[in-house]
Amino acid sequence: MSDLLSFSEIDGSGEVLVAMQRRVPMVTLKAEPTKPTRAAIKRALGTPVPAPRTIANGVAWMAPDEWLIMVPEGQTPQAVIGRLTAEIKAPMLAVDVSDARAVFTLKGNKAREVLAKGAPVDLSPTAFTPGDFRRTRLGQVAVAFWMEAEDEITLVCFASLKQFMFDWLVNAAQKSSLPAFL
Amino acid sequence: MLLLTCPYCGVEGEETEFHNGGEAHLKRVGDGSSDADFTAYMFERKNPRGIVFERWRHVYGCGKWFHAARCAVTLEVFGTYSAQTSEPPADLIAKIRAKRPEWEATP
Repeated sequence: MSDLLSFSEIDGSGEVLVAMQRRVPMVTLKAEPTKPTRAAIKRALGTPVPAPRTIANGVAWMAPDEWLIMVPEGQTPQAVIGRLTAEIKAPMLAVDVSDARAVFTLKGNKAREVLAKGAPVDLSPTAFTPGDFRRTRLGQVAVAFWMEAEDEITLVCFASLKQFMFDWLVNAAQKSSLPAFL
Repeated sequence: MLLLTCPYCGVEGEETEFHNGGEAHLKRVGDGSSDADFTAYMFERKNPRGIVFERWRHVYGCGKWFHAARCAVTLEVFGTYSAQTSEPPADLIAKIRAKRPEWEATP
């Protein structure tokens, strides 16, 4: 987990620590996933396009033609967008969505159990492992999440829902409310 | 519970992760058609008791539209396939016929 200053809200009252991160720079990229385009993305980002439903080196697979790129430390979204635009020679769209997303960190041994309360996903340690990436719903909110480590989950949702999402997660993480199924 | 596999992202998701888009493979009629034809296209749906072909959208996932063939009675899903087609793939039809020899309807 990164520096405490990188969180705008933290709640440690439950069994799992829930924290809302401050603005996380990220870029959404949409393009037809042809071979030349995938090669161009690799040249622009320095990392290969991730396999379906995975996240690797800060690049997440959102859909067959969509990726979410976490801007590496020391770089700006504009620089990443500039490199993508220069490399990809096909219709494409790269947008700075840093202000449109909220990012949460769940930390604790039962982090899986918190998500399992609201997401229709098999979150058992054999089915969902670090490196996997899943877009789904949590309660009624469209989210995407992945595991940084066995006890740490990062979750992304629309910024307009961040307070609702934070309260939902804090409520779901309450003490003595988490079973030990997973 | 209905479990659908999105053909675009490969996720086997539960029904609430998707959104139903109604009957699949409608033949569109527009300008120049008779009122009766347009009424049929606009309002009349087959709604059979048995095999149905439907449009679905992976609304909480990759956001793509796709097609699904399932049984409206048992909720058995025979398969899902790409949205970029005007008729079900032949191997899916063969699979349904093998499982339901009495099935007559043409999609």
